[in-house]
Amino acid sequence: MAIPFRAVLCASLLVFSSLSALAHDYKIGDLKIDHPWARATPGGAKVGGGFMKITNTGTLPDRLIGGTALVSNIFEVHEMKMEGNVMKMRALDKGLEIKPGETVELKPGGYHVMFIDLKSPLKEGEKVRGTLVFERAGTVEVEYKVEPRGASPAQTHDHGAHAGGHKH
Amino acid sequence: MNALRLVRYVSWGAIAVITAALLYVLLNPKQSEQGTGVASIGGPFRLAAHDGRMVSDADLKGKPFALFFGFTHCPDVCPTSMLEITNDMNALGAAAKDFRVYFVTVDPARDTAALLKEYVGSFDARITGLIPKDEAELAAMARTYRAIYRKVDTPSGYTMDHTASIYLMDEKGQFWGTLDSKETPQTRQAKLKRLLGRG
Repeated sequence: MAIPFRAVLCASLLVFSSLSALAHDYKIGDLKIDHPWARATPGGAKVGGGFMKITNTGTLPDRLIGGTALVSNIFEVHEMKMEGNVMKMRALDKGLEIKPGETVELKPGGYHVMFIDLKSPLKEGEKVRGTLVFERAGTVEVEYKVEPRGASPAQTHDHGAHAGGHKH
Repeated sequence: MNALRLVRYVSWGAIAVITAALLYVLLNPKQSEQGTGVASIGGPFRLAAHDGRMVSDADLKGKPFALFFGFTHCPDVCPTSMLEITNDMNALGAAAKDFRVYFVTVDPARDTAALLKEYVGSFDARITGLIPKDEAELAAMARTYRAIYRKVDTPSGYTMDHTASIYLMDEKGQFWGTLDSKETPQTRQAKLKRLLGRG
């Protein structure tokens, strides 16, 4: 019996698209990491920022304490704050706490991971591979999607499937 | 009762001190000489540009310009500000054709002319990087614009705190206003339009 080619194509497209959506959620222990992304960097820039949402579905607190990225020699967890019109950035010495039942969003203007000493610029459309290290949950491999310069979290959540209701 | 009396004395004392301070500020001859009493922002400077030219305040007279303090090891606010003002200038079209934006690095130790050239060049040709030759020149420039910057250690090196507003200066080189990332593009572009309409 022959299965129409179009049906196979549709089925494989469905599988593929759900896989690609799934591939952008990561799980380790009680933690769920949603849509890691980064912004394309300007020419000459030696640093880039990485962003994501981390949800702790467990009953114990955890901390993002470090990680790696293939594109950079150094990886740090930072917080950016505006005090009046002064931009202040600090490395989080004790990592970023993810309390049980809470979601922490890393986003421009706030918490972020820093790719320091970039080996090459982050280009829109590229994927950046790396790891995140949590105090309790351990190490997880993730992939950041590089969005255009100046992209905001709302613009990057175009998957619908796991964007918490953002639809475009 | 004694405690109450003490509170009363202290309160009157505090009021007296505040009143004296206010009177001093209001009557201080140095303040009134400035006319408005508003702290001045901007003034003389001469800094090397990313292309090797020297740029001074005198060179900029006659046309409004924008000025920003930043550094290339800045993951967020600097690229965002430069991208936004590039978009704003493009949105204004011909009106902003001759507008110039100056990016003063607060990290001259790492931001070489070549690096700044590549950095600002990746946004818009109307943006020029300015590089203080040393700490003293940077401090003087920051004082002139009442900008704040500070080196802060991180595990792998350092980062810079800095004033993140874009200064808008009029054709006389006097402070006219600021652009802020929190503002909508419409607000920013309306400001730029008004500034450019003066010339």
